[in-house]
Amino acid sequence: MSTHDNLPATTATDEAAAIEAAAAALPAHKPRRTDVDPKAARRAERQVALMFLGSALMTVLFVVAFVAIPVEESVYIWGFGTVNASNIALGVTFGLAIFLIGAGAIHWSKKLMNEKEEIQLRHSLASTDEDREAAIEAFDDYSADSGFAQRPIIRRSLITAMALFPIPLIVMLRDLGPLPEEALRETLWKPGSRIITDPTGRPVRPSDLAMGGLISAMPADLPLVQEEEGNLNARAKAAIILVRMEPQEIVSQQGDNWDYGGILAFSKICTHVGCPIALYEQRTHHLLCPCHQSTFDLADSGNVVFGPAARRLPQLPITIDPEGFLVAKDGFAEPVGPSFWERGDA
Amino acid sequence: MSATVKTAGKSVRWVDDRLASSNFLKRSMGKVFPEHWSFMLGEIALYSFIVVLLSGVYLTLFFKPSMVEIVYNGSYVPLKGVEMSEAYASTLDISFDIRGGLLMRQVHHWGALFFIAAISVHLCRVFFTGAFRKPREMNWVIGVGLLTMALLAGFAGYSLPDDLLSGTGLRIAQGIMLSIPLVGTYLSFFVFGGEFPGTDFVSRLYAVHILLVPGLILALLTAHLIMVWYQKHTQFPGPGRTNENVVGYRLMPIYMAKAGGFFFVVFGVITLISGLVTINPIWLYGPYTPDQVTAGSQPDWYIGWLEGALRMMPNVEWVIFGYTISWNILVPAVIIPGIVFTLMGLYPWIEQWATGDKSEHHLLDRPRNAPVRTALGAMALSFYILLWIGGGNDLIASFFDLSINAITWFLRIAIFVVPPLVFIATKRICLGLQRRDRDKLLHGMETGNILRLPHGEFIEIHAPISDEEKAVLMSKPDRIPLPAPEEMDENGVRQPGARMHRLRAKLSNFYYADNIPLPTREELEAAEAHLRHEVEEAAPVMEEDRRLVPAHDGSVLHDPLNDDK
Repeated sequence: MSTHDNLPATTATDEAAAIEAAAAALPAHKPRRTDVDPKAARRAERQVALMFLGSALMTVLFVVAFVAIPVEESVYIWGFGTVNASNIALGVTFGLAIFLIGAGAIHWSKKLMNEKEEIQLRHSLASTDEDREAAIEAFDDYSADSGFAQRPIIRRSLITAMALFPIPLIVMLRDLGPLPEEALRETLWKPGSRIITDPTGRPVRPSDLAMGGLISAMPADLPLVQEEEGNLNARAKAAIILVRMEPQEIVSQQGDNWDYGGILAFSKICTHVGCPIALYEQRTHHLLCPCHQSTFDLADSGNVVFGPAARRLPQLPITIDPEGFLVAKDGFAEPVGPSFWERGDA
Repeated sequence: MSATVKTAGKSVRWVDDRLASSNFLKRSMGKVFPEHWSFMLGEIALYSFIVVLLSGVYLTLFFKPSMVEIVYNGSYVPLKGVEMSEAYASTLDISFDIRGGLLMRQVHHWGALFFIAAISVHLCRVFFTGAFRKPREMNWVIGVGLLTMALLAGFAGYSLPDDLLSGTGLRIAQGIMLSIPLVGTYLSFFVFGGEFPGTDFVSRLYAVHILLVPGLILALLTAHLIMVWYQKHTQFPGPGRTNENVVGYRLMPIYMAKAGGFFFVVFGVITLISGLVTINPIWLYGPYTPDQVTAGSQPDWYIGWLEGALRMMPNVEWVIFGYTISWNILVPAVIIPGIVFTLMGLYPWIEQWATGDKSEHHLLDRPRNAPVRTALGAMALSFYILLWIGGGNDLIASFFDLSINAITWFLRIAIFVVPPLVFIATKRICLGLQRRDRDKLLHGMETGNILRLPHGEFIEIHAPISDEEKAVLMSKPDRIPLPAPEEMDENGVRQPGARMHRLRAKLSNFYYADNIPLPTREELEAAEAHLRHEVEEAAPVMEEDRRLVPAHDGSVLHDPLNDDK
């Protein structure tokens, strides 16, 4: 089947006839007021010119506003509240300067330019069969010339080389970052790590926590580590929350006596995709992630009660040191934060 | 000859001497484009991209893509003395210390929102009018590529200022990377230069945002436009408009003025909005730290559907042979977008295969005339909108005082139930509209004038529809489902590939079988005769009617002035 029978082949006379037929079918052109009334045309002309001049004026005003209005000046505008004066002045003048050029040009085309619709014919997008045959033939000839098909040893070795040459480009990406190793399983928490408040950095006594209260906390060595490493990586894993509830309200924990007198410590990093969690409902002991609403029951081992998170919030076993401050009894027993492929059941 | 024309003539000759460009120039200036408001959607996308490009270049002059921690000492008082990354501090400087900086930042952000919104609506227009059909399938695929790149560019740009909101977005992106089987952990470590958040990411993302992605967009955009130019624009049906011609206005001067002017209008509107409406006030969010988040945090609107998918997915996670597969993240963040974009890209071929329609189409479909396509599109839109609602479930919950769990459960069920219902309803509406079109052709338009004939019959007067409308209605293509294939050939041998043929016949039936056929020529002639008869019958009564005058109580009086002259 010829592929260019979609559109009929046309000769010059056919084309003229097709255009004529379409032109006859077009609805009659209704003249605009500007076409028949010279006064209206002159008015339109003035309107267009006025818009262009308005634009020029706005450009001048923009420069004036840029120089005259201090960048920190604010101004009260009804309906917008207190806004940055420079921003609003620059935005409005520049915006109008641009807008009026466009509006003028469109008004000009709509009122004064010839608006008669014209007809052009489409031609088949496919080439003629002869052209196609000729192209395929030429391709065959030229490729025969190269001997690509006849010399398999060249062909295959070339394909091998071409397949391999991008490898260095990929290998070079290796040094983008270190290998994961055990990094995702480790946090700063170790036995005896003192718990300090975040962000004030004070050590915490059990009595500092009100019944039903929640505070954010971190290990005492975090500020120093952060300073040394010059990044927030340790913080992204070590952040915890402390909550206090009546000991008899605790249904279960991840380990025996991991609480201290009803004070429980959990990782603050959601096990779904890693948002920090801090929306706590005192009455139900539910902790809600503001990103995707995974909900964890802190009175029941931090288990998931709703939402897309699949794993419970890891619990940090705590106790107090001789000075009476809260410390970690041990590090986290399971990785904190989002799941990952190698995590397994750890 | 005026001076302008002389100068123009001179430069044309100069260029022509070197490039033999006159023929091309002549043809291009006289090129005809059809006109319709919906054809401006793609234009908006193009123009807002240019605006984003210009404002983006300005921003690079001041933005510092660095995660080095410094102490802020600029003029925004609430954050004075706070430790933050240079990226965040320089964004604050752009917003508070550089004249016009805030305006350009807002132009850049608003422009990006316009860009993606315009692409999305343009995509719907192209889909529902069937403009993606042969010969424009390649351009459809390029368009899908452009959408993908635009989303990527938007997300990357949103993440650069390193504020609390954008950092939270990145944390989610990193969580998603970790969920990818086998390579996820390594991917995350390589992309972030180690653990999250590290200190490399902003500068790496910067290269992606200002070079790689815009370069790709520019290349795809150029190809997109060249193809539109070369293949000529599609047009809506109407009198004189056929599959073999283009009816519209010449590029010069009409579209020079209209499209050129429209660029300034789009640019102007974006600038005005940016002067008047604050967007992404990063100074309110504070610098990023991985252990803080604000409630009600939301991504930009175009990421909302993915966010919703993440929120709605139940918490399924498997551990197999000591390896973790997080379906709760993989399905919404990797698999669903993968399926959505693949299906979108392949749709022209899916429809072509199902219907066996391999002919060139330059005349657009009215959506009602392709009920199954329209219904599939509406179904996809309802799926998208439900996910999008899911992305705002917390806002809906607090605004309407509903339980967030109830909303999530409703959406989890609705995502399976609503789209099919939308499909059925849309298809029925399309078929209903087809029937109405047929009625209009056969019986004309209802005028609302009820007439009582002398023998007591009541009739409603119908007026014939205009030639213009008739041309539109009659443009409906006659679509015939593929015939069911013969199981055996004439020798009683099973046809090879009979099952495939059966499937295709079924699919094309699914697409076309319910279509309401256009009236035949005989039917049209009969209808016309009937209409003429009705008018003739009504004429004397109407004449009588003209002499009646309504009284105050609703009864009818004879007008003595008009009576029996």
